[in-house]
Amino acid sequence: MSYVVGLRCRECGKQYPQKGVHVCEVCFGPLEVEYDYAAMKGKVTKASIEARPRNLWRYRDLLPIDGEPKSGHHSGFTPLKRAHNLERVLGVKELYIKDDSANYPTWSYKERVVSVAITKAIELGYDTVGCASTGNLANSVAAHSAVAGLKAFVMIPHDLEQGKVLGSLIFGPQMVRIQGNYDDVNRLCSEIADKYKWAIVNVNLRPFYTEGAKTFGFEVAEQLGWKLPQHTVCPTAGGTILPKIYKAYKELISLGLVAESQAKIYSAQAAGCNPVVEAIRAGRDLIKPQKPKTIAKSIAIGNPADGFYVVHAVKESGGWGEDATDAEIVDAIKLLARTEGIWTEPAGGTTLAATIKLINSGRIPRDESICVCITGNGLKTVEVVQDELAMPPSIPAKLDAFDAFISNQGHAAAGRNSGKPLAVPA
Amino acid sequence: MAVKVRIPTPLRQLTNGVDMIETPAGDIAQVLQHVCQKFDGMDKRLFKQPGELNRFVNIYLNDEDIRFLENLATVVKDGDDVSIVPAIAGG
Repeated sequence: MSYVVGLRCRECGKQYPQKGVHVCEVCFGPLEVEYDYAAMKGKVTKASIEARPRNLWRYRDLLPIDGEPKSGHHSGFTPLKRAHNLERVLGVKELYIKDDSANYPTWSYKERVVSVAITKAIELGYDTVGCASTGNLANSVAAHSAVAGLKAFVMIPHDLEQGKVLGSLIFGPQMVRIQGNYDDVNRLCSEIADKYKWAIVNVNLRPFYTEGAKTFGFEVAEQLGWKLPQHTVCPTAGGTILPKIYKAYKELISLGLVAESQAKIYSAQAAGCNPVVEAIRAGRDLIKPQKPKTIAKSIAIGNPADGFYVVHAVKESGGWGEDATDAEIVDAIKLLARTEGIWTEPAGGTTLAATIKLINSGRIPRDESICVCITGNGLKTVEVVQDELAMPPSIPAKLDAFDAFISNQGHAAAGRNSGKPLAVPA
Repeated sequence: MAVKVRIPTPLRQLTNGVDMIETPAGDIAQVLQHVCQKFDGMDKRLFKQPGELNRFVNIYLNDEDIRFLENLATVVKDGDDVSIVPAIAGG
């Protein structure tokens, strides 16, 4: 059974039935799925959730599908890892990594939104799905639609990392590279959705799609033993995931599944594309668009559609915003790899780097619980660390050659510290 | 020659399905004013109050967001394209 009532405009409140429509025809405000929370009381419980398989659909009562899930049966429920090594390096007491670099099948948080969108596309009768993407979303749409038997048409900026491009093409979608940045691609997609009657997951399926991001927050809470971290640091691109994690926390509180507590949310952006952090710092909710210039391409969205809601959630929760330079992003990628064995993409490096700055500036106290949201996998973006990691020497397959190599290195951990030294934060 | 203004799908119910109209040159405010005068109800869709666009309305002049230009005061010449585009989510 579904608890969905319909769609409602977040700005003016106009209600709509469930269909492939994403903006309010009255005010252009985004539409949001409405649920009958009263009917959930006593039915949606810790026990009812825990009885379901460990994938994102265990929270299906709080997701906008009418029938059975059609995609993502193995997606979600990624590790929430206590990061003891990183705690020691950063001098904090309780730090967790929510690791969606391990999200199946294409290694990013996008499995969450796409699983819901693909299911909804089938429910609404579409045969073609598409997306505007900085890479991860395209990968996920391509993989999930291949399994579901839908045609996929993905659109990306022309200059993406090779791993992100091949990571879509392998699944056989139609792909087109658009000469422009993500914001140009997005704008084109909104016109394509109008004209071609396709289910563009982040355009006309957006109300359903974005709800999938809540599962990130549900999992964090459940994996912490049904409680909320005091501080959650989340990357911001278009602004989907952060407000939805916040919404997830609030839904769990209102259903009585977690105790009411102040869970502060923080937005992390690259310094070369920080329209939301800039707005938070300036104390305004109007987002001034930017032309992105950063290695963190997956979050290089200069005109974030939901930026306003990020600012709102951050403010309401008592959090803040922080940005990181490209050099800080790369250092944080290496730090996470070398302390916790997690290789994330620049978006994850941005989030960890911002977390470190928030800790060092005193915004996040060292003795409170912190959750760092890692949303993508570093194997797709080898370019950003390629120049940082020196190619190790090659030697003959002889023991004396190896002995000579070791004595030249001067220590046993040969190769481990090749490249530039890792900057350990203050 | 005139200015071409593209109307997105969510607004076409106000324009009887018309997806493009022509207006005289001027600045963005004047061009949009012209569109609003032509179609009942358009004003409320585009503007929160006089001189202030609704938060989720993006206006482009020849592929450039007017917020990178002079906003509503951006000059529009004959032959220019103006697009009204709803903001959309990321990825």
